[in-house]
Amino acid sequence: MNVSTRHEITLTVNGKTETRTVESRTTAADFLRDDLRLTGTHLGCEHGVCGACTIIVGEASMRSCLMFAVQLDGTTITTVEGLAQNGKMTVLQESFREHHALQCGFCTAGFLTTATAFLKETPDPTADEVREALSGNICRCTGYIPIVEAVLDAARTIKAAKG
Amino acid sequence: MKPPPFAYFAPRSLDEAVKLIDEHQDDGKLLSGGQSFVPVLSLRLASPATIIDLNRVEGLGGASEMPDGGLRVRGLTRHREIELSPLVARLNPLLTGTMPHVAHVQIRNRGTTGGSCSHADPAAEMPAIALTCDADFVLTSVTGERVVPAGEFFQGVFTTALEANEILTEIRYPAWPKGRRWGFEEMARRRGDFAIVGSAVLVDFDEAGRCGAAKITIFGAGDIPLRIAEAEEMLVAKGLTPETMREAGRITSAAIEPRDDLHASADYRRDVSAVMVRRALEQTASPLRTGVAA
Repeated sequence: MNVSTRHEITLTVNGKTETRTVESRTTAADFLRDDLRLTGTHLGCEHGVCGACTIIVGEASMRSCLMFAVQLDGTTITTVEGLAQNGKMTVLQESFREHHALQCGFCTAGFLTTATAFLKETPDPTADEVREALSGNICRCTGYIPIVEAVLDAARTIKAAKG
Repeated sequence: MKPPPFAYFAPRSLDEAVKLIDEHQDDGKLLSGGQSFVPVLSLRLASPATIIDLNRVEGLGGASEMPDGGLRVRGLTRHREIELSPLVARLNPLLTGTMPHVAHVQIRNRGTTGGSCSHADPAAEMPAIALTCDADFVLTSVTGERVVPAGEFFQGVFTTALEANEILTEIRYPAWPKGRRWGFEEMARRRGDFAIVGSAVLVDFDEAGRCGAAKITIFGAGDIPLRIAEAEEMLVAKGLTPETMREAGRITSAAIEPRDDLHASADYRRDVSAVMVRRALEQTASPLRTGVAA
């Protein structure tokens, strides 16, 4: 194999520094799942349509199936496993549970990462803004209404906690 | 789905990048945001031996004002940066207004304006906006830069004036004149999908409120986005009225040669094109659709 198809990368994943050697063609999604065993990131369509594989790169939500692992070198990323802290779910995660914002759960990691990045940018969203922000994620179970409610309710709770 | 194997280079400077693509022009491809190109690889529609990743090239991103008041957008500028930029909103409100129609936020966070234009999907918004604005494309290779107007840049489905050893480094949008208003309308089955058809328009009103110039683009209705000169001239001759806006739509329908595909028949596209053009023109009645000179 050509030497330039394998690359060493170092990145911060959910607060932990990881160094691995990756093949250039390995997507970020496959790297997370297969190399780091972070299987919370789900792969639905593998070509950028379904949003299930969304991760947070720096502060921005992105599709991990549309990036290569080698491109993550030097980045700081958050996957669904990195949302809860010390075993305690985030307000958004609690809100998803309360509002039944998931059924089979396959799409949930993508919704949580997308909505986490969105709420940081837009702490006081309208229902329309939430729908727009989540329009790149597909759910086949819920009909979306409980998901939108969960995000709106989480925004209210976070705001109330901040006083 | 797994992309085929490839050798990977991540140059840090434009100089290095143009040398690499020159060296690998027969079997190499440039990778920008990758939001269209990575699926192409995953679906094995292309199997380049070498990929040159532009994401780490210094100075290839960002928007700035040109001395004449025009807007310079570097090739690697992310869609999301354009969407949120106050500078872009001031210098080219059509660009800002179109951004929410470009895919979804996760795609806009990564995808680039140069990548979208180089990919040249017939239904993509960025090529249509560049054409409507009479933007210039700056193409860079080892031999230097050349400037190609938008009207010559788009040549066919996924086909542009870019040579195999060139990089689209910059798009230059001419200054936004006083009295200009914009309109944008597209029809897509689902939010964020590629449009079945869409239209972008600019109308320059003179001080008396007459239509001094009009630019009308239809996209998704042929192999490349198209300007409809006959409708533009008609609006200048007759002015903007409900009737002439409908007429501009009819002229557009007659001028295009859309194709049938999975998403819509050619006849349907022809009908919807007329409506898109009329609605985009109607938007120019709103004072909200002005720019700097408002």
